[in-house]
Amino acid sequence: MLTNLLLIPFLGALLILIIPGNFRVILRGIAILTSSIQVLKAISIFAAFQTGIAGLQFEENAPWIPAAGFNYHLGVDGLNIGLVLMTSLVSLAAVLVSSDVERQSKLFYLLLLLISGGATGAFLSQDLYFLYFFNELALVPTFIMMGVWGRGEHKAYATYQMAIYLTLGAIVALIGLVTLHGVSGANSLDAATLKLWLAGKPLSSSAQEVVFPLLLFGFGTLVGLWPFHSWAAPGYAAAPTATAMLHAGVLKKVGLYALIRVALPLMPHGAAVWLPILSTLCLGNILYCGWVAMRQRDLALLLGNSSLAHMGFCFLGLASLSVVGITGVVVIMVAHGLLAGLSYAVLGYLSKTVGTTNMDKMGGILKNAPFIGTIGIMAFMAGCGLPGFANFPGEIGVMFGAWKTMPWLVVIAAWGGLIIGGVYMLRAIRDIFHGPLQAQNAGVRDAGGSLEGYWRRVPYLLLVSALIFFGVSPDTLVQRIHPTVEDIVKAATLHEPTGEAKPAPAIAEAKH
Amino acid sequence: MNYSLLTIEILAALLGLAVLMVDLWIPAGSRKLLGIGAATGMGILLTYAIGSAAPGDGTAFGGMFVVDAFSSYFKGIFLLAAFIILLLSVSGSEQVQGYGEYCALVIFALTGMLFAASANDFLLMFVSLELITVTFYILVSFQRNRLASLEAGVKYLILGALASGFMVFGTALIFGAANTTNFYEIAARQGELGKSTVFLTGLLLTIVGLGFKIAAFPFQMWAPDVYQGAPATTTAFLASGSKAAGFALLVRVAFGAVPEITAHWGKLLIGFGMVTILYGSLCAIPQRSVKRLMGYSSIANAGYLLLGIGVASLTGSSAVLVYLGGYVFTVLAAFAAIQGVSEVTHSDDISSFAGLARRSPWLATSLTVGMVSLAGIPPLAGFFGKFLLLKAVAAQVGTSSIFLMALGTAGLGVVISIYYYFGVLRSVYWPRVENDLSPIVISGTTKLAIIVAVGGVLTLGVLPDSLVKGAKQGVAGLMAPLPAGAPVQTTSK
Repeated sequence: MLTNLLLIPFLGALLILIIPGNFRVILRGIAILTSSIQVLKAISIFAAFQTGIAGLQFEENAPWIPAAGFNYHLGVDGLNIGLVLMTSLVSLAAVLVSSDVERQSKLFYLLLLLISGGATGAFLSQDLYFLYFFNELALVPTFIMMGVWGRGEHKAYATYQMAIYLTLGAIVALIGLVTLHGVSGANSLDAATLKLWLAGKPLSSSAQEVVFPLLLFGFGTLVGLWPFHSWAAPGYAAAPTATAMLHAGVLKKVGLYALIRVALPLMPHGAAVWLPILSTLCLGNILYCGWVAMRQRDLALLLGNSSLAHMGFCFLGLASLSVVGITGVVVIMVAHGLLAGLSYAVLGYLSKTVGTTNMDKMGGILKNAPFIGTIGIMAFMAGCGLPGFANFPGEIGVMFGAWKTMPWLVVIAAWGGLIIGGVYMLRAIRDIFHGPLQAQNAGVRDAGGSLEGYWRRVPYLLLVSALIFFGVSPDTLVQRIHPTVEDIVKAATLHEPTGEAKPAPAIAEAKH
Repeated sequence: MNYSLLTIEILAALLGLAVLMVDLWIPAGSRKLLGIGAATGMGILLTYAIGSAAPGDGTAFGGMFVVDAFSSYFKGIFLLAAFIILLLSVSGSEQVQGYGEYCALVIFALTGMLFAASANDFLLMFVSLELITVTFYILVSFQRNRLASLEAGVKYLILGALASGFMVFGTALIFGAANTTNFYEIAARQGELGKSTVFLTGLLLTIVGLGFKIAAFPFQMWAPDVYQGAPATTTAFLASGSKAAGFALLVRVAFGAVPEITAHWGKLLIGFGMVTILYGSLCAIPQRSVKRLMGYSSIANAGYLLLGIGVASLTGSSAVLVYLGGYVFTVLAAFAAIQGVSEVTHSDDISSFAGLARRSPWLATSLTVGMVSLAGIPPLAGFFGKFLLLKAVAAQVGTSSIFLMALGTAGLGVVISIYYYFGVLRSVYWPRVENDLSPIVISGTTKLAIIVAVGGVLTLGVLPDSLVKGAKQGVAGLMAPLPAGAPVQTTSK
């Protein structure tokens, strides 16, 4: 079942590869069809997922490279079930909004499906070799797409910066993984096997203190952890719409996912040493990037920095090491994926029709484009944590989870998220959508303004409805996530050698 | 003596002679057929070598020549490289004076490599290396009317002769100390020989000679000049076959002849490996000539491979073999594109690759696969090789901090390499200026070469299991036939 889900985008890519490049409509049709099937498949898996179980479901395990000990091991549990669904939704939306790509569209859809397949594979793989494999597999298409279809004068610089930063992050994480493999002596990189093995033979404290930061900063760089974040905003500003949606929405989450899956449960001592540092660094994301976002006059850079601020909440939740907090993180990961997809889709539309992303040159867009305007306002409101959208339950969970150990941090974070976020998002709404319509924008058209073009609204509606659905009924996510997270938090706090007072053990032990 | 052990070598030499003979009768207009014929012969030889997968292991010439899993593994690599090189050479055959000789020389160099894979004696090692190197002197300067080619040839001649000198001297010292040059006999007495300064000096000088072959720091200086000046197909063979031959010998000496000393010298090799990685990576950054860039990249790759040998473990050296298996396909994929482009543009500057994605999707794909695999990104063979290497180094992290430094250096090298490999890709996909966008037509033989190389890179990246198995068997067999009492296990401390 999961193999099918994983194969769909790659089969689509293969089909696109063999069809000549001048059949543009057919190529796009295949991409849409592939992604739609992927969404249906992901929804069916999400629905069939049994709640209340911590372990992996729909597991598939077969030796792939037995000589080196790597297995083809797929499975979903609370951590990744939502992410897989989100990946398929954002991929479909990204394909749908790309109707304006005319140059080399064959290569475009090919790379897009590869990114989508790579992200799905990274989330599904339980063997860390394949997690890394699929994550990296998705990176090269990202860079080529940025280079070929990117926008702005600085696209070459931004592409290089992003390529080098992300490779640096990935390679540091890889060094962490192989060192973990080497010092554990388990001769396997399977997350479940490693967990069992290390439960019996925990890594020495000194090894944990070396490996944990490698994973933390390696995967952290992929997420945009301050101060390794400077690639993100200019990178997304230069990326074509679909790429920004997929990378900011989906691929960036792989780093967080890997941290929760690998670093926390396998190295409790490393977590105890390094998470306080993470809790300080996450303020860099929440406050610093928030302030930077406030100063932006370019919507692309504003969204990039706001997205980094959201990641700060995720890091805060990780640092709290509590069931509520980490559940909140997973909810944010899903919600932010949908939100980033939506925001960048709106940004792409505005940049195409208005011809700029500079907010000073926009204004009054709502008059000519009520649909896009409404969607944009909803996206920006969701971005500053308005209840009713999926981000709200996630962020509130993080704050509740972190309150016990780090009350003052939560106060700053709440202030940063709500006040700073509110300021720049509301200002952006005012500058872009409200106010008098500027003369040069009189010709701006709405998405699907004419009758035959209503389907152009589909990608936006798709993402907005998912955001609202999970916002109104966060329990669909939480009841799936909760048991798994409980398990992870238990593992992450069980072997606390010094026995310091931590909030999480209390929760974990209370459940015994 | 069992001559059947030498079947492949004899057949290869005969093929070379046959090409020379046929060249005398074939009309000048149809030289192409000669290359196709040679490639076909090579293909048959390759199928034969792989088909007879379980050759009777044994030794010939009084233990000088050995056939085992290790030698078969490398022979497969060499035959494959020669097959692709001959295919690639066909499309430019009209422009080459003495094309028949070129093909024959490639095959003779290959014969040298085949002997190198089986060399079990310092003397045979030297002779086979000379066979490779002397033919390469000619191959490098084959474009007699191009000054750069001649210059490269002379540089290679001088530095190669110097390296040979080191190696002969080293071999003489080894013989003086041990009274034998056979690997097995030396392995049996390494405890005693390890204390002899003369022997160790000889061994060091031999390693210096091999260091020239693999272009490891500080013996790397010939590589960029020669890579840039030589004809593209020669450079490709130099980067794939000749380099792999150097490593085949290095691994066999290190683990077949003197495993105990290797365990002591491992950290030295790691140190040289680290410097080599940094040197190659940093110097590649400003290059504008893609062939020269490949020269520096080849230096950096030698550094990664040295790390694998330096960890002195079974996993490390089998990772070296896997890495080389993928590396050969990878550089050939890259050079297939470099050859295709430089044939039309008569240049190998990065700007001459501008807009290649639209000029020729075949060449663009081949180059992309080559560069991305060299950069170590999945799902390609280069990634898997690097992964295994890093894994082998990481397995030793607990024993000494130098291994953690080696991991860091390797990581740094990979990050730097992203910059320069992507510089080439950038030119292919989004060039600064697109001057000429006329399509490049490529011949069927080049297409076949690209299919083989790219297919190999992809297959070994996704399904590397059989390669890993072969490599493990090869390395395990290196130490197997030691006489009783000799140290059997120096692996995995």
